[in-house]
Amino acid sequence: MTTEHGPSVTTTTTPRRGTRALLEVRDLEVSFATDGGVARVLDRVDLRIGEGEIVGLVGESGCGKTTLARAILGVLPTNSARVGGGSIHFQGESLLDKEPDTLAREVRGREITFVPQDPFGSFNPVFTVGAQIRDLMRWKSPALRGDRPPMGRRERQRADHARVVELLRTVQIPQPEQALAKYPHELSGGQRQRIMIAMALLPEPKLIIADEPTTALDVTIQAQILKLLRRLAEDHGVAVLFTTHDLGTAYEICDRVTVMYAGQEMESATSEAFFNHPAHPYTRKLLDSLPSRDRGLRGIPGEIPALVKPPPGCRFHPRCDRATERCARERPSTETLGHAHGVRCFHPTRPGAS
Amino acid sequence: MGAASNPALLEVADLAKHFAIRNVWKRRVGWLRALDGVSFSVRRGEILGVVGESGCGKSTLGKTLMGIHRPSAGSIVFEGNEIANISPYESRSLRRHLQYTYQDPGASLDPRWKIGRSLHEPLVIHTDLDHAARDARVRQILHAVGLPESHLDLYPHEVSGGQQRRVGLARILTLQPSLVVLDEPTSGLDVSVQATILNLFLELQKQFDLTYLFISHDLSVVRMICHRVAVMYLGRIVEMGDTETVFARPAHPYTRSLLAAIPDIGGKRITDDFWLEGEPPNPGNLPSGCRFRTRCPIADAGCAGQEPTLQATDPTRSVACWKAEATS
Repeated sequence: MTTEHGPSVTTTTTPRRGTRALLEVRDLEVSFATDGGVARVLDRVDLRIGEGEIVGLVGESGCGKTTLARAILGVLPTNSARVGGGSIHFQGESLLDKEPDTLAREVRGREITFVPQDPFGSFNPVFTVGAQIRDLMRWKSPALRGDRPPMGRRERQRADHARVVELLRTVQIPQPEQALAKYPHELSGGQRQRIMIAMALLPEPKLIIADEPTTALDVTIQAQILKLLRRLAEDHGVAVLFTTHDLGTAYEICDRVTVMYAGQEMESATSEAFFNHPAHPYTRKLLDSLPSRDRGLRGIPGEIPALVKPPPGCRFHPRCDRATERCARERPSTETLGHAHGVRCFHPTRPGAS
Repeated sequence: MGAASNPALLEVADLAKHFAIRNVWKRRVGWLRALDGVSFSVRRGEILGVVGESGCGKSTLGKTLMGIHRPSAGSIVFEGNEIANISPYESRSLRRHLQYTYQDPGASLDPRWKIGRSLHEPLVIHTDLDHAARDARVRQILHAVGLPESHLDLYPHEVSGGQQRRVGLARILTLQPSLVVLDEPTSGLDVSVQATILNLFLELQKQFDLTYLFISHDLSVVRMICHRVAVMYLGRIVEMGDTETVFARPAHPYTRSLLAAIPDIGGKRITDDFWLEGEPPNPGNLPSGCRFRTRCPIADAGCAGQEPTLQATDPTRSVACWKAEATS
């Protein structure tokens, strides 16, 4: 693969206070074979999630946020996707070096679970919700790790049922007993998403990857789900990787935000710093393009590049008004501006300069 | 706003659209009242926003106005003519100046037709213009939506998604409509592109003297571009008025909860203090009285009796709530 590795691809890790790294993605490269050529969907991407942290992965369509989420889960399409380099470490172990079987058995659905955008597509339409949750318990329940006393079949069924009902109560499903007997199509979108979240919590994971979990929902339901997700993540001490195209929802729920553009991560900061002191020109323009009475309507001129032939260097440079000739030559390495605030830009807005 | 003194371009009175709910044997077991007595008017040159969540009937409203659904009751007066419940053939000439765009107007282009042919088609159907006259108008409109003339000889797949959207808009404008129903025109757009498209809508509105009915679930966009706004809940308008009044001092508890649910960057986090519980009831089986009362934090026994109707609270706004006076 031909890459334009500049002289300064060394990345500085952002120091964090108190939290140990749960997941660390370094220099990850993923490319897809398409009819038009090889699309470099992830270009040396870094991402870090601390224990119990809610990290927003924000970006517009085609920025690679879903690909990154799938790479972490190890579910990239095997026929077209290729990991070209980099590493993914989860709890200190390299996920890319694990056998696919081991990954499926020990990590995916156990340590790392997934909440999809469209919960309907993830349920089996011909079984009741209850049957599907019990099925999940058979295979992924932490009870199977050997801390349950021996019991008879009926006894176990009753215990499982009680646990499922309890779980649905925690995600605020009204009348959980009735809900369990229903088929997925009989539930509303909000309820299906609540049950998905319940199922994602069931194996007591360390990390939940939620891929645009509220995009298909109405705003009032979205607000309820965000509130629920945040409370559960705090109660259970589970980290969440929350991908979204909506900066507003990221603001509502995230401790830290990483923004991506056309397959490169641009800036990563605490929510506070990200929304109050954005440093990367793309972040600033993205925040400015949100409809607002004071600013009027401001878009970003130009279009998102095709990933088959992306612009060299920083992929945002053709749309950036701070771009210089250097931006077209090499990709900036991460510069640390403040506490846990990393930006990949040669010309960031530094704190105080605004 | 200059639109205030203009006459009504569209007058809708008690419009209803009920769909039959049928069981597996096709026997009717109930009615789904998607639109249940909706009245409003749109003045010439105005942008009226219609907001609400999925299932509130806002899309049914747009489609019923267009004649895609036949109304169950009520009247629609457009440019002085009644267009509800007349045959599609009769209404064709009356509806010429009433146009509708889907979420993605580019998706309604025929992939096997060159863009030029797609733009000529509405003129061929609705007017007697000869080819030269049609061509002149097509070129003028193509220019207005910001596309080069060379695009006439391209197929839809040869231009980008954003440009397809512009072609779709151009196609609607060729017939010189007076009212355009925009059904969720910004959903599925990235924010960086959304502003550009919204600015285009505003420019075209000025240039072609258009009136918009802007159907959307995105309140922040509606706030930016609409003069007036109607908030719908389960087939009825619960609050309607000047955008500024409604957003600054919402009178209906549902409007308040909708506004509270919009993420507000820099403001209070909704994950800290959002209060609305539950989900909308089944539209096939509505509660008695006010339909919001099952989720309403201020409802009492009185709300279960009669259904509230739109009452003016101030000159620029009306609201359908028994408790509006007490709270606003």
